[in-house]
Amino acid sequence: MRRSMLFLPGNNPNMIINGDVLGSDSVILDLEDAVSPAEKDAARILVRNTLKYLKFENCEIIVRINSIDTEYWKDDLDEIVPLKPDLIMPTKVSCADDIRTIDAYMSEIEKKHGMENNTVHLIPLIETAMGVENAFEIAKSTDRVVAMFLGGEDLTADLHCKRTKVGNEISYARSRMVSAARAAGIDVYDTPFTDVNDDEGIRVDCELAKSLGFTGKASISPRHVSVINEVFSPSHKDVDYAYEVFEAIKTAKELGKGAIALHGKMIDKPIVERARQVISMYEEIVRRNGGLD
Amino acid sequence: MNKVVNSIREAIKLAGLKDGMTISFHHHLRNGDYVLNMVMAEIADMGIKDLTVNASSLFDIHAPLLDHIKNKVVTKLLTDYMSAGIGHSISMGIMDTPVEFRSHGGRPADIELGRTPIDVAFIAAPTSDTMGNCTGKYGKSACGSLGYAFPDAMNAKKVVVITDNLVDYPLIDYSIPEIYIDYVVKVDEIGNPAGIVSGTTKITRDPVGLAMAQMAAKVIKSSGLLKDGFSFQTGAGGATLAAAKFLKEIMIKENIKGSYGLGGITGYMVDMLNEGCFEALLDVQCFDLKAVESIRTNPKHQEVSATHYAGPNAKSAAVDSLDVVLLGATEIDTDFNVNVNTDSNGYIMGGSGGHSDTAAGAKLAMIIAPLSRSRLPIVTDRVNCISTPGRTIDVLVTQKGVAVNPANKELKQRLVDAAIPVKDIHELKAIAESITGVPQKLKKGDKEVAKVIYRDGTLLDTIYNVPVM
Repeated sequence: MRRSMLFLPGNNPNMIINGDVLGSDSVILDLEDAVSPAEKDAARILVRNTLKYLKFENCEIIVRINSIDTEYWKDDLDEIVPLKPDLIMPTKVSCADDIRTIDAYMSEIEKKHGMENNTVHLIPLIETAMGVENAFEIAKSTDRVVAMFLGGEDLTADLHCKRTKVGNEISYARSRMVSAARAAGIDVYDTPFTDVNDDEGIRVDCELAKSLGFTGKASISPRHVSVINEVFSPSHKDVDYAYEVFEAIKTAKELGKGAIALHGKMIDKPIVERARQVISMYEEIVRRNGGLD
Repeated sequence: MNKVVNSIREAIKLAGLKDGMTISFHHHLRNGDYVLNMVMAEIADMGIKDLTVNASSLFDIHAPLLDHIKNKVVTKLLTDYMSAGIGHSISMGIMDTPVEFRSHGGRPADIELGRTPIDVAFIAAPTSDTMGNCTGKYGKSACGSLGYAFPDAMNAKKVVVITDNLVDYPLIDYSIPEIYIDYVVKVDEIGNPAGIVSGTTKITRDPVGLAMAQMAAKVIKSSGLLKDGFSFQTGAGGATLAAAKFLKEIMIKENIKGSYGLGGITGYMVDMLNEGCFEALLDVQCFDLKAVESIRTNPKHQEVSATHYAGPNAKSAAVDSLDVVLLGATEIDTDFNVNVNTDSNGYIMGGSGGHSDTAAGAKLAMIIAPLSRSRLPIVTDRVNCISTPGRTIDVLVTQKGVAVNPANKELKQRLVDAAIPVKDIHELKAIAESITGVPQKLKKGDKEVAKVIYRDGTLLDTIYNVPVM
């Protein structure tokens, strides 16, 4: 279950050691924008040691690496890949070849360390106009890509427009990303909402992203995590309906019926699959928190 | 009859203060208090020596007391709390006789039972009339409740009220009545309002503190105690206050009507009263302006004496009916003993206050503490000083999980059922040490600098000097 992804600076040990207690399903340990050039090596060592020595409970670790047009990306991968983070997030990905370049280098590292090929997966960060236009090719570029993430801040700079709370300027990119990811059969994550003190704004932005089809959303503040988790969790009504779907299937089987209807609507394959996802997510939420809030 | 005298010096003379006697002070003016320093300066100037000072708490503003100790004006200290500035000097071994720490309940009990008699009590009163009817609710130095001053006023041989707001007789809305007061002194200022109460008490914005606070609120919700009639106390600092915020949200959402909030009162507890979470607040000390305003204007916000708050000798005290208390810790050990007297280097930097009283009285006594501070683990094999015995602590809430005292099996099961991450306290210690490493054992000196006396009069622990390296 990955509804929320919380950015933590890769050079802040106090935040990192408590990364798994902030409520987020994943933390993104950042080696890129949050870390100044002078601190890159220190952050890399800290993140490496975090992966090596800390055991996070109920929280994935994603590492955001520097883009391939910098001198840091290979060093980042050299240190991080052998420790098998849940995901690596390459940045400023503009085309499928960017991912293939990273994929090839990761395969070399995996081989060198006796790891199976494709052990470590990718969640590319799409934050350029070119990246948005190539989103489907990026999503399909290698088997390592299991999700994509839209970065609205850099994208609007590339689009020569202003980033706003309403987000009309990224509405095309959002829809295109969702469509590309879903066509490729992978998850897709929305850009962070950057006003840390706007509790209503984050909720509206989450609900918009969910309505467009995003799997979840990233955050730059722990304050936003609970709202993201809440919006991207199934509702009580969703859960009840999902159990009803399986109850109806069971009853139909007992009665030897082929076609199954629930509340006057036919239950088809997508409904069953959706019900399965809802129940799976609900059971994980119960395991972690005891139930829905 | 005229109780008003011209100066503190005259009051001291009239009270008959002599070498070897005991004087007392209360701490509602906290780090803004001028009274203790004014009185001690006068006493030193008069050449009186070898005094015992019984102060309900000592703050860094009282640093001039250290000179009076060095000059043998003061040779013994009794207190419930000592802030780090004073505590550091005491830990260096500047006194020949160890300081005696008591709790906010133990102090009045020992005064009332004659174990620690007071010769002259000095009451800092933000408002008093000419016969000594006095209160903390009014005046430029208003501090709200005068709860800790009651046992001093009621039991000392002589009682001097010192005020900067002398009003005509009779003051109607008094806290301490004239029947206990011998002398009244008017001074220009009894304290600095900025140090007496905070403008507002704010909850932490630290995400780890907030995570612990949310977990604490969830523990309370799952304990079975959060229902109509619920009673509650929390501290004014860090995560404990944030937990009150989350608790309030649960109580409002689930329409739970509590009975009373207790203790040192903050604006957050006032909000809970005003929003219907409690029927009443019982207040021994106000922490911020909102609490002062509330105790002055809201009849449901009631001042209580230290004895009524926590006295173990009382026929009953408010702590005895308490459901839940949220407390902090500088250290906690694997037997759940808690240290709030010394820091990790062994220096005195606090004291029990009401910690051990509320832990003993409450049905659920919770400690909230991060697993490590400044690269040192908070869970240890044995705390450097036992301030509150582990047998009275039920739960430790940290950011990495919750430990339940093995004596409380039913609670443990309730928390497990609520999917709260319950861990053995030894496991929490291991997690802390996996991050910080195992610290070197603290080197103690061989001079006793303080004794920690439990509310039943027994010795809990002894604090030794910190050797100069």
